[in-house]
Amino acid sequence: MKGIKYTGLVIFITGLAIFTALLFMGKYEVTSEIFDTFISNKGVKSELFINTFKEKIVGKTYTSQVQLSADIRSILETVNTTHETNQEWDKIIWGKSHNIAYDFIKPAGKGTVQDNKGIFWWLTFGLGIIGGLLFILPNVILLGPPGIKNDGIFLNSATNKGWIGILVFVYLVAFYLLLYFFPDLIVNWTYILDPISQSLSGGLASQWFVYGFLYCTIMTVMAVRMYIKYRHNRYQIVRTTSVLFFQIGFAFLIPEILVRFNQPYYDFKNAFPLDYDFFFDWNINILINSGGLGVFMLVWGIVLTLVIVPVMVYFFGKRWYCSWVCGCGGLAETLGDPYRQLSDKRLVAWKLERWLIHGVLVFSLVMTAATLYSFFTEADTVLGIKTQNIQYWYGLLIGSWFSGVIGTGFYPILGNRTWCRFGCPLAAYLGLVQRFKSRFRITTNGGQCISCGNCSTYCEQGIDVRAYAQKGENIVRSSCVGCGICSAVCPRGVLKLENGPETGRINPTEVLLGNDVDLMNFVNKK
Amino acid sequence: MEHIVIIGNGISGVTAARHIRKLSDKKITIISGETDFFFSRTALMYVYMGHLKFEHTQPYEDWFWKKNRITLKKGFVTAVDHAQNQLIFQNEETLSYDTLIIATGSKPNKFGWPGQDLDGVTGLYHKQDLERVTQYAPDPKTCKRAVIVGGGLIGIELAEMLRSRNVPVTFLVRESSFWNGVLPAGESALINDHIKEHHIDLRLGTNLKEIIADEHGKAKAIVIQETDEVIECDLVGLTAGVSPNIDFLKDSGIELGRGVKVNRFLETNIPNIYAIGDCAEQHEPIGSRRPIEAVWYTGRMMGETVAQTICGNRIEYKPGHWFNSAKFLDIEYQTYGWVFAKPKENENHFHWKHEDHAKCITIAYDKDTHLFIGINTFGIRMRHEIFDRWLTAGKSVEYVMEHLKDANFDPELYISYETQIIDAFNTENNTTITAKPKSWKRIFSKA
Repeated sequence: MKGIKYTGLVIFITGLAIFTALLFMGKYEVTSEIFDTFISNKGVKSELFINTFKEKIVGKTYTSQVQLSADIRSILETVNTTHETNQEWDKIIWGKSHNIAYDFIKPAGKGTVQDNKGIFWWLTFGLGIIGGLLFILPNVILLGPPGIKNDGIFLNSATNKGWIGILVFVYLVAFYLLLYFFPDLIVNWTYILDPISQSLSGGLASQWFVYGFLYCTIMTVMAVRMYIKYRHNRYQIVRTTSVLFFQIGFAFLIPEILVRFNQPYYDFKNAFPLDYDFFFDWNINILINSGGLGVFMLVWGIVLTLVIVPVMVYFFGKRWYCSWVCGCGGLAETLGDPYRQLSDKRLVAWKLERWLIHGVLVFSLVMTAATLYSFFTEADTVLGIKTQNIQYWYGLLIGSWFSGVIGTGFYPILGNRTWCRFGCPLAAYLGLVQRFKSRFRITTNGGQCISCGNCSTYCEQGIDVRAYAQKGENIVRSSCVGCGICSAVCPRGVLKLENGPETGRINPTEVLLGNDVDLMNFVNKK
Repeated sequence: MEHIVIIGNGISGVTAARHIRKLSDKKITIISGETDFFFSRTALMYVYMGHLKFEHTQPYEDWFWKKNRITLKKGFVTAVDHAQNQLIFQNEETLSYDTLIIATGSKPNKFGWPGQDLDGVTGLYHKQDLERVTQYAPDPKTCKRAVIVGGGLIGIELAEMLRSRNVPVTFLVRESSFWNGVLPAGESALINDHIKEHHIDLRLGTNLKEIIADEHGKAKAIVIQETDEVIECDLVGLTAGVSPNIDFLKDSGIELGRGVKVNRFLETNIPNIYAIGDCAEQHEPIGSRRPIEAVWYTGRMMGETVAQTICGNRIEYKPGHWFNSAKFLDIEYQTYGWVFAKPKENENHFHWKHEDHAKCITIAYDKDTHLFIGINTFGIRMRHEIFDRWLTAGKSVEYVMEHLKDANFDPELYISYETQIIDAFNTENNTTITAKPKSWKRIFSKA
C-alpha cells in the first residue's frame, strides 16, 4: 500500500514538473494574419505601432514567450509615450500591456505543445490526477478503521510550515502571480486545454479557463481525499459533494455552456459583493443587452444578495453558502483541508479579522455606490475621485492580491480560510446576519468538555471554540462557516452544529456543566 | 489584602483562581513545578500523536494571567507549615499565605513492581511523562515494542498514541475483559475487539511480575506473572490508575486518608486550608460517586465551588447527576446516570448493539418501578442536558425510549438508530413504544 502511495507521489510530481516545464517550451511567431486580426479587432490607429511591430516582430520566430512579451511591451511603451507627448489620445493603445501581449502570443504558438495538445494534457493533468489518486486511495487501508486520523499533522513538514509547506507556498504564490498579472507567459497551459474549451464554449481556452479547469480538477481529486478521511462522517461527505457539485456545475460548466449559446458568462451562485464587479457598468450593459436571460440574471443577482442569501442564513447559518456552495469555500474545504490547523487562534487575530473583513465590506459597498452613481448620472468622478480608479484599486488589492495570491497562495502558511476569514465582503455580510438573526449555532454539550483543544486547533476560521465549550456556552460567531470539523474532531461528543429556535441560542442553559442547579443559579445570577 | 495561594495549576486550581478573580480582588498566586502555564492534561496524548502542538493544549494565552492579576510561581512545595501559614519550597524558599488551596492532582500508581523506577518506565500523567514517551518511543525503530500495564482509560490512550507512530504494543490487562469493573460485559467485549482491530496485542487476565533492566539501567523486557513469559520492550507504560499526589503533606498536620480529607465545603481540618480536585477525598462519598474522583469535570466543579466559599458565599460541593465520557481509539463513549458493570438487585439492563460492532447502548432501569437509572452509549452521542433533566425528573425507561430522538447529539445527517433501539426494546419487553419525532420545544423547555 505504501508502495502504491509513493509511486503515486512520484507520478504526481512528474506531472507537476512537466506542467511547469511547459512554460519553457515551444516556439512563437506573430504572423501577419495574427497581426492584422489584432489591428482590425482592436481598431488600432497608430501607424507608429503598426510599422514598428511589423518591422521588429512580425514573421520573426521566438523560442521564448518571455522575450516575445518583452519585445511587444517595449514597443507598446515607446509608442504610447510618443502619442502621449504628441497628445494624440486616439492613437494610444489602452489596456494592460501583459493582456495585450497575451492577445498576440496566444495565437502565435507553434511546435511541440501546439501539435501535441492531447499528449501534453495526459502528461500534465493526466499524470497529476492519476498520481494524486494513487497517493490518496491507499489511505482507505492505511488509515485503519474509520475515525478521526490526524496523526502526525504537526510532525509533518508539509502541514506544519516545514520545508515542503514553504515550497508549496512559493509555487502557489508564483502560480497566482502569473495567472493574475502575467497571462502572456502561461499561454502554453492554455493550449493543452483548447480541445476541452472548444467542446464546451466553442472558443479557445483562456488563462481563466485554465484556472477554472484546474480548480475543478484539484477539487475533485482532493474531494476523494475528504471522502476517505471523513468516511465515517455523513455531514462531511454530503457537504463535500455539495461544494463539488456547485463548483463543477455552476461555476464551471454552466457559464461555459452559456457562452456557447451566445449568452453572458454567468455563475448563478456567485453572489454580490463576493462577485464585486456585478454592478460594474460593463456587466450591467452586457446583461441588459442579452435579452430575457440577461435581464433574468440581473434580477436574480439582486434577489440572491438581498433576499435568498439572508433568508437562507437565517434558517441554516452562513454555512449554506460558505461551506456548501461557494467556490472559494469549496477549494478551502478540499485542497485546503490539510492546512486548516494553521489558522491563527490568538485574540489579536480575531481583532484584526473584524477590522479587515468589515473594512473590505465597506470598501466594496462604497465602490459599488460610486459605480452605480456613475452609471446613472454618467459622471466619471464621485467626490473628486475617478470611479474607474476605485474599481481598479479594489480589483487589484482585493480581487487579485487578497483573494487570490494571499487567500490561496498562503494556504500552507496562514491556513485555508484566510480570504474567507479576513477579506471576503460576502462572508462579512453573511456573518452579520448569522450573528444577529439566525437559527444556527454550535451547541455545547453540557459539561462534557475536557478543554483538549482539538476543536480550536482544527477550526479553519481561527475561532477559539474551546473557550466557549469549556464554559458550556453555545458558539454563535459571525465568522463560523459551519464546516463541522470541530464537531468531528471532538473526542467527547461535545459539539453539534444545529438550527433551532432563536430563544436560548446564545445564553447557556441553567443546568450548566453538571454542577448542581442551586450553585449554578447563583453563578448565573451574578 | 488576603493572599490566596493555590498549589497546582491543573483544571481545579486554575478554575478556582479564575472564579476567585471574578468574585473578588484578592491576591492570587498559583504554584506549579510541572509547567509554566495551565494546560489540558487530557490532551497530552494528542501532542505525541501530532494532532496538536503543546501550545494548543493551553486554553489561555500567556498574557491572560497577568491581565487577570494571577501570579504564577514555578517550584515544588515540599512542606506546609500551617501554624506559620507558610509554604516551604524545594529550594528552601518560603511563601506566606492567608488561604491555601491544595490542588496537586494525582500521580500514577506503582504497585511495588521490581524495576518500576527504571529508565524507560513511565506513567502518562505529567508533561514530563509525555517527554519520556517521546524520548523512548519516538518511532518503531527506537522502540521495537512497548508494554502497557493497566487496562483503564489511560492505558488505552497510551496504546492509541504508540500505535499512531506504528510502535508495536502489548497491553497487559489484569481483568478478564477490558475495564469490566466499570463497563457491562457486552460493552467491554466490544472494546476488546476494537483494541485488537487496531493491532494491539491485548493480553487479558495478565499481570506484570517484573521489569528487567539492561546494563545501563534501562528497561529491556518485562516478565508476565502468570506464565513467566519474557517480552522484550523499550518502553514500559504503567497505567494502573492514579492516586492523590500528597506525599509532601505527610507531616503537615493536615488530615489525610488516601487523599486530603475534606468535608462537603472542601474544607480540611485546618480552617484556612482547602483541597480540591483529584487530591481531595470526601469524608463520605456523595451518592454513588467515589470519595476520590479523578475526573476532569469534578476538578473544575470543585474549583468553582471553593471560589464561592472563599469569597464569602459558603457553599456545599454538590455534583449533579453522574456523567462522563471517553474515547476508546475510534469509539466514543458517554455515560449519564449510573450503569454498573453488573446490574444491582433491583436493576435491569437493556442492551442494544449495532451489527457494525462499533455502536451500542446500555440502559439501566429499575425492575419494578421502571425508573430510568442511567445510560452508556458507544458510537452515538447524546445530549447531556436532556439526560440530566430526565434523571432529575425521575422519568421511566419507557419515557426515555419514546423520547430518545430528543437526546441524540450526533452530527447532522448521521443515520440515527432510535427506531432500531426501540424495536429491540419492544421485542425484549413486549411493549409497543414508538419514537416521538425530535421536538425543539421539548429540548429547550426548562422543565
